[in-house]
This record gives sequence, C-alpha cells and structure tokens, in this order.
Amino acid sequence: MLSIKNLHVKLEEEDKQILKGVDLEVEAGKVHAIMGPNGSGKSTLSYVLSGKDGYEVTDGSATLEGNDLLDLEPEERAAAGLFLAFQYPVEIPGVGNMTFLRTAVNAQRKARGEEEMSAADFLKEIRAKAKDLKIDADMLKRPVNMGFSGGEKKRNEILQMAMLEPKMCILDETDSGLDVDAMKLVAEGVNALRTEGRGFLVITHYQRLLDHIKPDVVHIMSDGRIIKTGGPELALEVENNGYADILAEVA
Amino acid sequence: MAEAKLQETPTEAMIASLDMPQGGWAQAAREDALARVRTMGLPQRRDEYWKFTRPDTLTQAEPVPAAIFDHGDAPLFDDTERLRIVFVDGVFDAEASDDLSLEGVSIDRLAAANSDLHWARDLYGKLEKNGQTPVARPLAALNTAYASDGVLIHVTGTPSKPINLVYHHKSETSDAMLHHVVKLDKGAEVTLLENGPAAARFNTVLEVEVADTARFHHVRAQGRDHERRAATHLFTRLGTESLFKSFTVTVNGAMTRNECVIELTGDDASAHVAGACVGDGDFHHDDTVFITHDAVNCESRQVYKKVLRNGATGVFQGKILVKEGAQKTDGYQISQSLLLDGDSQFLAKPELEIYADDVACSHGSTSGAIDEEALFYLRARGVSHAEATDLLTLAFLAEAVEEIEAEGLREEINGRLSSWLERRSS
Repeated sequence: MLSIKNLHVKLEEEDKQILKGVDLEVEAGKVHAIMGPNGSGKSTLSYVLSGKDGYEVTDGSATLEGNDLLDLEPEERAAAGLFLAFQYPVEIPGVGNMTFLRTAVNAQRKARGEEEMSAADFLKEIRAKAKDLKIDADMLKRPVNMGFSGGEKKRNEILQMAMLEPKMCILDETDSGLDVDAMKLVAEGVNALRTEGRGFLVITHYQRLLDHIKPDVVHIMSDGRIIKTGGPELALEVENNGYADILAEVA
Repeated sequence: MAEAKLQETPTEAMIASLDMPQGGWAQAAREDALARVRTMGLPQRRDEYWKFTRPDTLTQAEPVPAAIFDHGDAPLFDDTERLRIVFVDGVFDAEASDDLSLEGVSIDRLAAANSDLHWARDLYGKLEKNGQTPVARPLAALNTAYASDGVLIHVTGTPSKPINLVYHHKSETSDAMLHHVVKLDKGAEVTLLENGPAAARFNTVLEVEVADTARFHHVRAQGRDHERRAATHLFTRLGTESLFKSFTVTVNGAMTRNECVIELTGDDASAHVAGACVGDGDFHHDDTVFITHDAVNCESRQVYKKVLRNGATGVFQGKILVKEGAQKTDGYQISQSLLLDGDSQFLAKPELEIYADDVACSHGSTSGAIDEEALFYLRARGVSHAEATDLLTLAFLAEAVEEIEAEGLREEINGRLSSWLERRSS
C-alpha cells in the first residue's frame, strides 16, 4: 500500500537534514505504529508524505499503490487515497464545517472521475457518521475547528477520515491533548474504519493510544531513521523502560 | 474679466458645466448647497480627507468615459420580490419601473414632486448639511445643489417588499447625479436595495431619517463596470431604539469613494455599516465612515473587508466620535484587507475620539495574505489550490456579508462574490 524507500528530507529554509533514510512498507489491512522521542522526525514524515511546503526530498521515494506521491500536489495525494489526521487541526474562520467537508468529498470524487455526492445523500451520511463520534449538529454548522476543544478537533479529524474513506490513513499524534474518554472515542472511530483494504500509520509519542488502536507492527524512530521494528510488545517495552534502553541497544 | 478668472478654478468649472433644476420646494436648499460648495471648494489632492484617494476624476467638469461591461449574469436581486425603480444613466425609466404604489410607504420622484407642501422639503439637504462638520464633503453639497432626480420615500408602516433602485449604465460618457431622501416614521421598517453601475460617473446622496424604534435595512451592489467611477454619500440620523443596517458590495470599478455619515441621536439605537469589496488591476476603492455617538447606550459596528489583487488599491478611513454624555457606547470597527499578491495595497486610517468615560470602543485594521496553514489543510483534504483560495476568500469576506439580515439577500451577494472569483480564476 504505502512504500517508503531510503527517504531523505531536509528543511528548505535551513540546511538541516531531518529524515536520514527511512524505509517503511505498510500493507493493506495493517496498522503500523511509529513511536519515537521528540524531534526524531515523526511529524516531518507525515508532512512530507502529505505534501506540505517547506521540505525538500534529497533522496529516496514514497509511493501509494505504485503512484509516486512526492510528484503530486497535496490535493492529488488526497484524491489518490492518502489522509493525514493533523496533530494540530487548523481553525478556519468563515468556512462552515459541513461546507468544507462536502467540498472536499466532491473535489476528491471529481478528481477520480466519479459522480458528485448529492446534498441529500451527503447529509444522510454525515449525520450518521457524526453521531457515532458524538459530534452534534452545532459542531457541523460551526466554522471548521473554531471554538472546538482539543478532543472535538480530533474527533472532527476522524469524521473527515470516515467521510473521505481514504486508502491510507496517517494519524499524527492523534492522542495529544486527549483525555481517556476522548481517546477511547477517537480509537473507536479509527477501529471502525479498519478494513482489509485500508492501511494505517499511527504516529505517537506514548504507548497509551496503542492500547486502544492495536497495531500489527511497531517501529521505533530516532534521529531520522527507523532503528527498530517489532510487534505490539515493542510498544510495551517503550512504556516500561522509555526510549533510552532501545537507543542504547541500537547504538 | 472677473468672471473669466472665477472659471479657472475646478470648482467654478464644474459649476459652470451643470444646470440647476429650477423652481419648486427644493430650490432654497439647492441655492444654499451651491453657496456652501463655493465656500468649501471641491476636494483637492492636498486635502487631508483625500490623502489616499485622488479626487480629480470626480471633480473635473467632464467625466472620464467608461466602457459598458456586459457580465451576462442574471440581474442581482432577481430572486427577491421587490418594487423596482429604474434609472438609466441617471434618467428615470418609467417603462422599466414598477408602479410606485405600495402599502406602508409613499414614493415620489424628486424631479416630479413639485408641490410646495411636500414632506421632503424639511429634509432635502438637511442631513447632508449637518454632515459637513467637522469634515467638509463638497461633492455631497454639489449633489444637493444639482441632483437631476432621485427618489423620496416616506415609510409609514412596514411595506411587504423591498424597494429596489436599479441603475443601468448605457452611455459611455454619462455623468449622473441622484439624490434620495428616506423618512421612516416611528416604528416603520423598510429595506432599500440599490444595484448597478449607474453611469460612467455617478454622484449620489442618500439621506435617511430614522425615527424612534424604526428599522432601516440597506443592501447595495455597485455594478461591475471596470471603468466606472462613483462618489456616494450616505447620511443618516437615528432616533431612540432605532436600527440602521447598511451593506455594500463592490466588484470592480476604477474609482469608488463611499462616504457614510451616521449620527446616533436617540438612546439605545444601533447602526451597522459593512462593506465587502473585491477588485484587481486599476481598481481603487475608498470607504470613508464617520459615526457620531450623541446618546446613551447606543451601539455601532463598522465591518469592512477588501480583497485586492494585481495592483488594486483599497482605502479605509473610519472614525468613531463619542460625544460628552454618550455613556455606555459600544463601538466596534474592523477594516481588513486580503492581499492576493504583493502588488496590491491597503491604506487605513482608523480613528477614535472619545469624550465620555464609560464606553467600550474597539478598532482593528489588518492586512494579510491567504493563510498558508489553512490552505494546506484544505488541500490535504483534496480541495484544489484554486478552490481552496476561493473558499478562504469568501470566508474572509463573510463577517461583512453576515451583516445582511435577510438570508436570501445574503445568498445573492455571496453568489455575486463567487462569480467574481470564478471569472478571476478562468
């Protein structure tokens, strides 16, 4: 599904290498987790994959079902099936949440040569999906993320994911700023989307999210590289002993 | 010889080029206004009040010709049931206009209201004259003196539909001057719509007297002819617990100066003025607002948003004057520009002058580009760069458009703005 090979990335503004050769394969139907200390390059990886400005790929490749992601505009990557749940969802005053989502759904459909969704169908679907995530009608009407609490913003990200039905979902620190109840709700939303055809890359600093979204594979990232890969037990190791042991072991 | 010398000033050249309508009840007000124009002189480039906008094309005797622009869209407000009063290059078009009778309101044309006892006799030019201090507005006085026509609207109740002044522009060299007077009786309510480019050059005055508890709504669209020029003036005075809401959308136009002078004279009154403008190239748009609070517990709101591109210029001069004793005043003023490129400019001069000690007044003015974070967020969800930019542009204008109370009218205005965005990106 998602195939990353020897990815090297530096910041455009300063001559600073962030990713120093990342190799990663996420198969359809699998949940991969990336853990790592702050500053290891986890969020950079999610931004580079989704096409944010400010990064320069100096070597390597990233493909989604064989399509070269790095060659596409951010909106083309989205239409190809990539979705990033933002660590810090952006507030957009003046754009209604519902308008935004409908525009996005139909823009992707159009880009894929599919028919646009009718207003009635859209309304029906979003109401059902919003209900599962405990998102009320008022949150749908309000401007995108404006006045939302941390938990509401993250639930709104999952709602977008549910509506857009991407093939490959990247969750960037989705647990940050969430209390236990909110985290459970978000995890339930994600788990409901786990299907055979869909891949997940869950980026997190802490193990606790992985109690609720059970990964198939866990990677440890440090200083721009994946330094260790294992099963779910690797996350527990981090939880119990911190990153220091693993870093020392690899060094 | 003396006369020849007088002709040399632009003011006298302008006066010499115009014919004052003669006779009738407005004559005294016209003569008085002419005398005031002579004393003030027409605006000049060195005038502080015209620091950001060159007045010459508005004050020279001959207008600069303006090409007719056929936008091909359905007329604005077509989805709203309304009473239409049509002017073509400033000349009343009886054929195209609706019958002027409507319950709750009496409507006359200035040029046809000859009776000496007309109600407008006590109002015509009065608010305009009032509004000449502390800042002179000579083009408004010129209008009072020379306006060839206009509409006199006396609102006694709540008419069932809005009154729509439609301004067509058909002659490339037309120079139109219209003067409207609206009087709302106690408790009356009306919506006035204005739309169309009007003329190559348009000078208009709208005087609105709002009695206690009356409500006045005003939605105006200035017409999309790129080369059109206009100097508009809105003067209003508000009674106790009354409401005044005015919104203007401006799409294109080589020169627009919209002056708005509001006086809150009754307690608990509320005045909102808002403007959304979008333009590129040689577009020049100036909003100049002066709000005087002279009563207790009044609220005023100014919301001006400008989207500028490709070398366009936006100007905002806004002042809130809170007089001694105007306690509990709530004044809000925001002027913002969205600069879609580095060539455009926004010049703003917000002012507060407060002589009461228990007031809440806030003002802000910003200039900025499209929010890159928001743009990326939208694109990451699959919205194209162009569509995301349009969405954010409309969102930027939304605070101003939301000042329109009627939902149907708000949608029509949003449609107008979207159509500008589509045209621009194609």
